[in-house]
Amino acid sequence: MAPKACALCQNAKAILKRPKTGQQICKDCFFYVFETEIHNTIMQANLFSRGDRVAIGASGGKDSTVLAYVLKTLNERYDYGLDLFLLSIDEGITGYRDDSLETVKRNQQQYSMPLKILSYDELYGWTMDRIVSQIGKKNNCTFCGVFRRQALDRGAAMLQYDIAETVLMNIMRGDIARLGRCTSIVTQGEDTIKRSKPFKYAYEKEIVMYAYFKKLDYFSTECIYSPDAYRGHARTFLKDLEAARPSAIIDIIHSGEAFEVREEIKATQKIQQTCKRCGYMSSNDLCKACTLLEGLERGMAASGITDRARKRLDAEGPAPENLRTIPFYQPPSGSPTVVVEATA
Amino acid sequence: MATTISLRIEFGGGLELLFSNERRHTITIPSVVPSDNNTKPPLDPSSNEVETKLADVEYLIYHLRDHLLQERAELFMENNTVRPGILVLINDTDWELEGEGEYVLKDNDEIVFISTLHGG
Repeated sequence: MAPKACALCQNAKAILKRPKTGQQICKDCFFYVFETEIHNTIMQANLFSRGDRVAIGASGGKDSTVLAYVLKTLNERYDYGLDLFLLSIDEGITGYRDDSLETVKRNQQQYSMPLKILSYDELYGWTMDRIVSQIGKKNNCTFCGVFRRQALDRGAAMLQYDIAETVLMNIMRGDIARLGRCTSIVTQGEDTIKRSKPFKYAYEKEIVMYAYFKKLDYFSTECIYSPDAYRGHARTFLKDLEAARPSAIIDIIHSGEAFEVREEIKATQKIQQTCKRCGYMSSNDLCKACTLLEGLERGMAASGITDRARKRLDAEGPAPENLRTIPFYQPPSGSPTVVVEATA
Repeated sequence: MATTISLRIEFGGGLELLFSNERRHTITIPSVVPSDNNTKPPLDPSSNEVETKLADVEYLIYHLRDHLLQERAELFMENNTVRPGILVLINDTDWELEGEGEYVLKDNDEIVFISTLHGG
């Protein structure tokens, strides 16, 4: 096959077919359009203001590595005036997170950005290794997901989900009420932490190609505890869909956005309040992390997972006075802190 | 025409875990191969019974599965091609621009396979 010229500059050799448009473009034009589209998303959705302190949740994985690199590039190119830093959560998974944290530490050097690492151990008194040794591999991702979300907020940051997968999982589980929440590009909490998702419309293929051509350093080992997780199935299913129809991911995001939830169903969503024990945002008296932690501490970890186990825990009486709790959550005050989610 | 071609192969994005945890490999394959992608029997040039073709990327995928892959073939191949979610680059160009599996390999070509399925 004869090499094709770039559809944009008509000059250099095309090296990539864009999934979104089918356009065949060269390396420099790819960098330019990829970065510019993220810039446009940031501008249109008003994600940041000058002077914002922006925490980039850094897992060492491809999404957050590309996100950190692109945000740093755009911050300099367009003079956003953002104060960027990397925030990593150490879940305490030997042979997985300790290795990926090494990648994050290299990113800190490569991008000259400050790095803060917050561990489950210091926050909750439990590592994932210990949690799995108590509860097994079946529901451990529930603990990890809930704990990570709070840990990132507590370190003023973000969670590392890919939004299309989250939308798809919620559709597959029939979890309608959550759909609206997970596709909104900026989620403004009741406090001053904003979550933003500048990758919302970027394709996974382009993220990986961008990392490859920029020779970015990322970590790509699957979590040792995740093979049984529900997200794994959603991810494989998405890839099969995408093979049959390249626009599948964007279509799913659009359908999530277009999903209107009838008022009576919305009414079953609980009103947001604050957790009576730790002060974090919650739909119940106790937030999910406090509920899970109490189960772990009282040796009945399943009480945070099933209603039946919860009733058994309640039957044993109220939580003991000396129960380990999560430090009280202080929403940030003063200049707003923005948390950025790397979403594909 | 040479009877074998030498190829540089690279795995990334976690795919290297299936290939002895080595990212870079150099392999040699025949320049003419069976049309049915059978990589096992040595091709007898004098035999007219086996239908042949020039070695292409489709054959290469079978070859890598049969001779280089160490574990879990289902994570690499599906329906006669790479599994959805694996990106392929031929000499640093998206294989979708090069005819995908039908691309005829040349000596010293570099083929890169990157999984997009791992990590977030």
